[in-house]
Amino acid sequence: MTATVGDTPHKPVLRVSGVTMRFGGLTAVDGVDFTVGEQEIVGLIGPNGAGKTTFFNCLTGMYVPTAGQVIYRGTPLSGRPDLVTKAGVARTFQNIRLFPNMTVVENVKVGRHCRTTVGALSALVRGPKYRREERETEAQARELLDFVGLADAADDLARNLPYGDQRRLEIARALASDPGLLLLDEPTAGMNPLETAQTKDLVFKIRDRGLAVVVIEHDMRFIFTLCDRVAVLVQGRKLIEGSPAQVQHDERVIAAYIGTPAGSEQQA
Amino acid sequence: MSGSGVTTARRRLIERARGRVPATTARAAALLGAVLSLASTFLAWSYGSAFPGNLTIYGYPGGAQVYVLVLALVAIVLLLLEVSPLRRVLAPGGAGGAVRVLASGVFLVTAFTVLAIGVELGGLINVEWGGWAALLAAAVFVVAGRLLPDDRPAVWSYRLPDWVEFLIIALVLGLALAAFVEALAIPEWEIFLCFLVALGGALTAAWRLGLVSWISEVGTRHRGVTVTAAFLVAAAFPFTQGSDNHWLNVMVNVGIFATTAIGLNIVVGLAGLLDLGYVAFLGVGAYVGALLSGAAASTIGWNPPFAVTVVIGAVITAIVGVLIGTPTLRVRGDYLAIVTLGFGEIFRITVNNLDGSTGPQVTNGPNGIPGIPDLKFLGIDFGQSHTVFGMNLGYFANYFFLELVLMAFVILVFSRMNNSRLGRAWLAIREDEVAAQAAGINTFRLKLLAFALGATLAGMAGTIQAHAISSITPDSYQFLNSAFLVAAVVLGGMGTVTGALLGSVVLLLLPEKFRFFQDNKLLIFGVTLVLVMRFRPEGVIANKRRKAEFHEEEISEELGREARAEGAR
Ligand SMILES: Nc1ncnc2c1ncn2[C@@H]1O[C@H](COP(=O)(O)OP(=O)(O)O)[C@@H](O)[C@H]1O
Ligand SMILES: [Mg+2]
Repeated sequence: MTATVGDTPHKPVLRVSGVTMRFGGLTAVDGVDFTVGEQEIVGLIGPNGAGKTTFFNCLTGMYVPTAGQVIYRGTPLSGRPDLVTKAGVARTFQNIRLFPNMTVVENVKVGRHCRTTVGALSALVRGPKYRREERETEAQARELLDFVGLADAADDLARNLPYGDQRRLEIARALASDPGLLLLDEPTAGMNPLETAQTKDLVFKIRDRGLAVVVIEHDMRFIFTLCDRVAVLVQGRKLIEGSPAQVQHDERVIAAYIGTPAGSEQQA
Repeated sequence: MSGSGVTTARRRLIERARGRVPATTARAAALLGAVLSLASTFLAWSYGSAFPGNLTIYGYPGGAQVYVLVLALVAIVLLLLEVSPLRRVLAPGGAGGAVRVLASGVFLVTAFTVLAIGVELGGLINVEWGGWAALLAAAVFVVAGRLLPDDRPAVWSYRLPDWVEFLIIALVLGLALAAFVEALAIPEWEIFLCFLVALGGALTAAWRLGLVSWISEVGTRHRGVTVTAAFLVAAAFPFTQGSDNHWLNVMVNVGIFATTAIGLNIVVGLAGLLDLGYVAFLGVGAYVGALLSGAAASTIGWNPPFAVTVVIGAVITAIVGVLIGTPTLRVRGDYLAIVTLGFGEIFRITVNNLDGSTGPQVTNGPNGIPGIPDLKFLGIDFGQSHTVFGMNLGYFANYFFLELVLMAFVILVFSRMNNSRLGRAWLAIREDEVAAQAAGINTFRLKLLAFALGATLAGMAGTIQAHAISSITPDSYQFLNSAFLVAAVVLGGMGTVTGALLGSVVLLLLPEKFRFFQDNKLLIFGVTLVLVMRFRPEGVIANKRRKAEFHEEEISEELGREARAEGAR
């Protein structure tokens, strides 16, 4: 039923098998198999309500899948978001979720939380370990802001950033946890063409840092020029997966987007 | 937001009048009003001498007249300053706003006093002509004040030599102590009220001049010095009371309440967990302190040194905090508030029932534990008065100093946690729990840490409280007191130490000063909370972030400036 690319070109970072998510009678994600190789950029497309965000939620522990398994670098991911992040899978949200009343650099520092270890006692006495860790956290956070191009806004409140910058800040925060796999949920939604182009460059740069990336997007031009591989989700099922060229010209994909008798155009 | 039809119309009227009257005329009129007001304080305002302050004497301002005199004098100085070459330096934005506030202060105090004379002495017939003259002068002053040209928001950005700034910090804190002691010493509520109005007027005027923000900037610049000086000034308080125990006793209670409130501020202000049963942790600590105090009514014979008691109290409350937090922290928001409220009551009811008949005999049930002996700690008998620096201090001074040390510790914990990865994680949880967890924070563990840490600090305060109040009953730890703690935090300002302090002082001292407050505590607190939530939802002394939530524009820049300065350091 689903067309799978048999030989993933790289060693798999993520291997998802048979993930199903049911909400009562509704099957939002239906037996999806999915692999992501090292330093691969994979696109995930599909009409609204197809189950893309739900699929991300299943990968990141926000939902515990009804069935199926998610394996990151050989170990199964447990159903708790913080543990998934700690394991090395970081994400952004379709509706930006920053810490609006914290400064930009603080937002990124929060992303370092799971890679730092200072406890209450150490924070209280401010020993050498606390000071070293704070120094490193500060340096790494500033480096990441520089990386995404927000160095100048480091000390502004996150809420006051322009929309596009907020999306980039969310990416910086996700990167702060040193992930091996980054999941981006509609990273260019609401962006103008210039910002979209910048985001594309940013994703390439992230890949060059050694990360694998999965991107959910509606902007087809963005997806087809960015991704090594594209998977199409329709009504919770993986319809087709392949190179951008393969997917782009597949009739079923076009039908799914334009609308088929099955009426897959639900609102998310 | 506040632009109701009436105020806008009034404002427009004032604007129009202001446009028509030249600034010099307005200034002269204001000066006249101020001088007349000042002069009126040398008249007799009342025929009867029974009114507080005895306002029947000519040539000698008494009672609330003194405040009118001071406010008017300051206004005169400011008005003269406006036309002097010093204006550029001292009142860069103009002094119009400040004078206007002072005029309002003068008018309020005068009008209240005249009215109060009428009411208390049986009719306005008791107001002498001087009183009416004062009222007239004040009215002239207020109206003229309204016509003064609007000033621009003033920015003082002077950087003085460090030692001068240290002196300024010391001076301001010293003045604060003097004003505080002065306020405590006022026996009559009428004069006390006038004092508060005058103080409020003076502070607002200083704020309009740009003085308040400048001083707080100086304070931030030398944070270490400021904090040290603040503690020294607080430690000087007992020396203003001598061997008189009354206010020392009150301030010990204020201190315990404030320490507990600061602990609660970790839970509520930083981690954003509304805990409505927090006073139970103070209770656990107090019961540990009482049971290990060697009191005759204690069911435990063991009386370890107090340092051991504090540690045991801290450990036990921490355990209780974890036990209560583990089930409750699984729910969020309003549900958490309700569940913690329930657990708080469970504590009180349990203590009530551990009385030997409905349960094992541990706490004497509703009778509580009376006769808790005074502390003996570090070789000091806390029940004796001691001579310090040649001054004989009441024995409550001992508790005051001990309480101050604990408060310093709690403040240290608060600020150091706040500036660590744990504090950032708490803030993140408060801001967006889902995002915080996705960012890699074990939200449950962090919330439990905040909860248990807050509990531990309250427990430590409790061990001191048991000795300081010498008798405890379960009813001292009922829901109402948790509500007061939350009120102190919310009123003063969530997430700030000074806010919690201010809230505690106000909440505990005002009832001491006003009988009416004592009798209608709940009503007043309710009304106050509603007013604060309506007009200043971030609390009186706001955390920058909190403030940003409600008034975004102005703050973010300020915060950014501060953060940059911090980074540069
Ligand atoms: N927590 C939930 N409970 C019930 N239904 C849900 C839940 N989350 C998602 N859904 C449903 O799952 C379907 C897929 O949603 P979503 O994953 O957001 O789609 P997409 O991101 O592809 O637009 C939708 O029909 C949505 O209503
Ligand atoms: Mg979606």
